Order: sequence, then C-alpha cells, then structure tokens
Amino acid sequence: MLSKRLAEVDRARCVACGACAQECPKGAVRIMNGCFARIQEEICVGCGKCARICPAGCIEVKDREGRR
Amino acid sequence: MKKRWYDYLWIWSIVYFALGFFNILFAWLGMIDFLLPLGFAIFGGNKGFCNHFCGRGQLFAKLGGQLKCSRRRATPRFLTSRGFRYGFLVFFLIMFGNMVFQTYLVGAGAASLRETIKLFWTIRVPWGWTYTAGTVPDWIAQYSFGLYSLMLTSLLIGLIVMVFYKPRSWCAFCPMGTMTQGICRIRAKVTKSQRS
Repeated sequence: MLSKRLAEVDRARCVACGACAQECPKGAVRIMNGCFARIQEEICVGCGKCARICPAGCIEVKDREGRR
Repeated sequence: MKKRWYDYLWIWSIVYFALGFFNILFAWLGMIDFLLPLGFAIFGGNKGFCNHFCGRGQLFAKLGGQLKCSRRRATPRFLTSRGFRYGFLVFFLIMFGNMVFQTYLVGAGAASLRETIKLFWTIRVPWGWTYTAGTVPDWIAQYSFGLYSLMLTSLLIGLIVMVFYKPRSWCAFCPMGTMTQGICRIRAKVTKSQRS
C-alpha cells in the first residue's frame, strides 16, 4: 500500500549532493546522472528525512492525493 | 543500513588535516579531492564522489547530524542560487589559478618560498614548523602551502555554515560539486541529443 505522503524534488534547485539518498531509510532516492535527485514514488513513505537533511532545501513532502 | 568501507571516509578528512599540521608536503594528497570528482564526472557522468566518497561531506554530516553541532536551519536561498554557486566557483578557480601562478614564480626563481598558509585568502598564518627547507624543490613546498590553505579555508567555511545552517550546507555551494554537476549536465545533454 502506498503512503499518503511522498517527497518531491525541485530538480532546478537540486545540487545532486546525495545527502538525501544517504539519509533515506527506504533507499527511495536516486541521483540521476549527477544532475538531480529522483524519488522513486512507489518506494517513498513520505517520512521527510530527505527534506530535513537537504542542504539546498529543494525537497518538499506533499500529499500524494494533492499532486494528482 | 549496512555500513560500507567508504562510509568511513570522514576519518580520512581528519587525517589529511592532521598530517598537514606536521608535514605540509602531505597537502599534495588533497589533489585526490580535486581529481577524483572530475574523473567521476568526466568519465562516468555522475557525482559518485559527492554521493559516496566525499570525506568532508561525511564529516559535516557526522558533526552536524550525529554530534548535533548544527542548528539545522534552512540554508539561505541565495547560497543555493545558481548565480552564487557559479560565482563562487569562478572565484575559487581564480584563487586556484593564483596559487598555481605563485608556485610557478617560486619555481622560476622570481619569488621566494613563503612558509605560511593563507586563511580565507587574506590572513597569513605562520606554518613553518611543517617544512624543513631544502627537503624538496621550493615549488613543490610552495604548492603544498597553497593547496593546504585552500583546503583549510574551505573546511572552515563549511564548518561555519554547518553550525549556522544544515550539516551539509557547504555541499550546496561547494565549487567541486558545482563544477562536477555542470559537467554532468553537459554530458547528459550531449548524450540526449546524440540519442534523438
């Protein structure tokens, strides 16, 4: 079952440092070609750990429903 | 999560600065931190160094995260803006170029070796106990002092922003991170255009 919330990355502001990927307890974050972080939506549980650690402040946790 | 050998590279970061306190010639090892990220970006098209092997980033995460030396406030938006990041990169490269030029002058005999390090590109700090004159050609020693200055200055800036903002705030505007991300973006664009 999918969680109600999930993290979303502002790709334009992401610095691809990988702090979020190291912090994610589910391994839901991938750094794509050294350009930006990508959240694997089906794995993300919306805990917000990535958003709290992100030095660029480019990750937000949102309602899955609200996004659609 | 299972720990891997590269999760302990924060120790290397401490060892590097400790070695430079006793023998400045160890500063040359800092070239690893310059060349490896570029290698990952140019040949691999990724930021594998930042993501896994950056001892400095790990050190900030340790100090600011686990040891709670950080206020964990949001990094000011201007520090993460593209303008500031690329501006800082240009400034950093100019300072690096200046350091290489000083090394050239010493090598050419136009300037004498200065056994000091420069913090924040302005404050000269005597560091002579770390080098015995004549051990190696003067230009090698000069480059060591210059590189160590650069490494220590960036560490101090990183520690300051770590304390005031998030543990890895330095990563948001680290010149090497900016440069490698720029290379990766260009590579990704080239690859994409070749495929289409």
